[in-house]
Amino acid sequence: MNPMNYVILATVLFSVGATAVLLRRNAIIAFMGIELMLNASNLLLVTFARVNGAIAGQVDAFAVLVVAAAEVVVGLAIIIALSRSRQNISLDEPSEMKG
Amino acid sequence: MSVPSPVILWGPLVPVLIVVGAAMVGILVEAFIRQSAMRRLVQTVLALAATGAAMIVAFLQWAVLKGDGARIAGNYLVSDRQSLAWQAILALFALMGMLLFSSRTQGEDAFTPLASVAPGSTEEALAAKRGFAQTEIFPLGLFAAAGMMLFTMVSDTIVLFVVLEILSLPLYLLVGLARRRRLMSQEAALKYFLMGAFASAIYLFGASLVFGYSAATSYAGIAASIAAGLDRQPMLLAGVALMLVGLLFKLGAVPFHAWTPDVYQGAPTPVTAFMAAATKAAAAAALARLLYLALFGLAWEIAPVLWTVAIATMLLGTVVAIVQTDVKRMLAYSSIAHAGFLLVALTSFRGDALAAVPFYMLAYGLATLGAFAVVSQVRERTPDGALGAEATRLGQWAGLGRRAPWLAAAMALFLLSFAGIPLTAGFIGKFVAFRAAIDAGAWPLVLVAVLASAAAAFFYVRLIVLMFLTPAPPEFDESVEVTNATGPWLVMLVAAAGTILLGVLPSPVLELAHQAAILVP
Repeated sequence: MNPMNYVILATVLFSVGATAVLLRRNAIIAFMGIELMLNASNLLLVTFARVNGAIAGQVDAFAVLVVAAAEVVVGLAIIIALSRSRQNISLDEPSEMKG
Repeated sequence: MSVPSPVILWGPLVPVLIVVGAAMVGILVEAFIRQSAMRRLVQTVLALAATGAAMIVAFLQWAVLKGDGARIAGNYLVSDRQSLAWQAILALFALMGMLLFSSRTQGEDAFTPLASVAPGSTEEALAAKRGFAQTEIFPLGLFAAAGMMLFTMVSDTIVLFVVLEILSLPLYLLVGLARRRRLMSQEAALKYFLMGAFASAIYLFGASLVFGYSAATSYAGIAASIAAGLDRQPMLLAGVALMLVGLLFKLGAVPFHAWTPDVYQGAPTPVTAFMAAATKAAAAAALARLLYLALFGLAWEIAPVLWTVAIATMLLGTVVAIVQTDVKRMLAYSSIAHAGFLLVALTSFRGDALAAVPFYMLAYGLATLGAFAVVSQVRERTPDGALGAEATRLGQWAGLGRRAPWLAAAMALFLLSFAGIPLTAGFIGKFVAFRAAIDAGAWPLVLVAVLASAAAAFFYVRLIVLMFLTPAPPEFDESVEVTNATGPWLVMLVAAAGTILLGVLPSPVLELAHQAAILVP
């Protein structure tokens, strides 16, 4: 199968994720968009590891997985702290800061 | 297929290992020392000792280093004079940042006593009354500092992503921990986190595309494949553009600057001081290494992009700073403008820039840490007489020169250094940065930079006039209070001494900076 298909799939996933971050107003959904972007990059790394015959790409994908997991811990902690104090996690709430 | 494990030379990693080690011991301290006051003392001593030791070790390694430096972990990390210089600078910023972290006025520091409860709740009041302290701030700060120091040694795109997250994740948490105005602080943390994670995901996708083009993630491998390939494949160009987005975000350059003012304003002031100085320095170091080692072959393609970003950053930072009415936000926009001045040096793609950038960031970082140390000392008084949040509205600073002459004089010195007035470090920094660009023939860029500096002087001088020449309204005697904590005073002293020394006698440090202008591939 043509490996370019995987590159196209990864690009589509990345774009869907980026769109979710930019357009969705729920912090959790926006965060899921970021995770989708990271996994699109993982797909690219694995694909190119196969295409280029460089196994390092597959190892890199594992490093990215670990980082993504750490990011989830920090991100959810921040979102939960905010939801406790504001009772919602909409990114459209009137902002405390202006200018 | 098998993956060869790299041989790691641990010696050159010692400054980073000291800081990481202290952070890990700090986590154990959290678990084993029950008594809040004791824990706080141990954490403070540990953090100050570790950052101080890391700085000294970095200097020692500079002294004993033979030749230019070496790769220390396969193709992933290098230790050379450039990275040692950055490590010493970052360890100094971390040391000053930790001093600000540890400072308390009337038994209270700038951080929330209990981060897990809602702001303004009875639980929080109870925690404050019982003297709780969120001493995890010290290990978190050390982890961020270690990540920043490692960031300056990285020579592999994927490792750069991992280290970028190591330094960012603790900062996202630290931003949300302010004691006062905590809702704003948490909102800043969420914004910083979402935009930061977004930017690093974009960076990673770019790095993956470049890996697809060059079959390598090491800077040397990427440079070799760029040099070998004559055609500029769209995959390579798209990948490089996306990678630059990620790093320019950390640097706070337009159009990826939107987080800066909100985060600087919302974060606890000690955290703002630390990240304003250190994150920008680390990002500049990593950007310089990436541009000069991996992407040098693309200089013709990248330079126009950097020109555009630099001009937009300088102009927007300067123009928007003029209309700010909050000291922290004003300093945030000023930091955006400074990111632009820094990019002016980097666009030259010459060795001079590698000497100019560390010097510039040292001058800028000292003034920034000092300025935010001053901000943390000017406080509001609540109607019942207790000490409240920081008085950051510009109007509240009127007449400060009469009530606290030394504090106001220090602030004036830092502002003049930001503005680049002669006899301050900022002037020499701007001079070497702009000269690197002039030598490369980028005079239109330098013209814009000089005009932007002149315009920026307006809002710096406005604050000085406000402090010294505007009489304070009488009600300020009750509502604005100037405190005298030891930590911020020490930081101000070091920053002021450094700013003056680097401005009056810059040649020894400039000489060191020129020795540091070599990158080991």
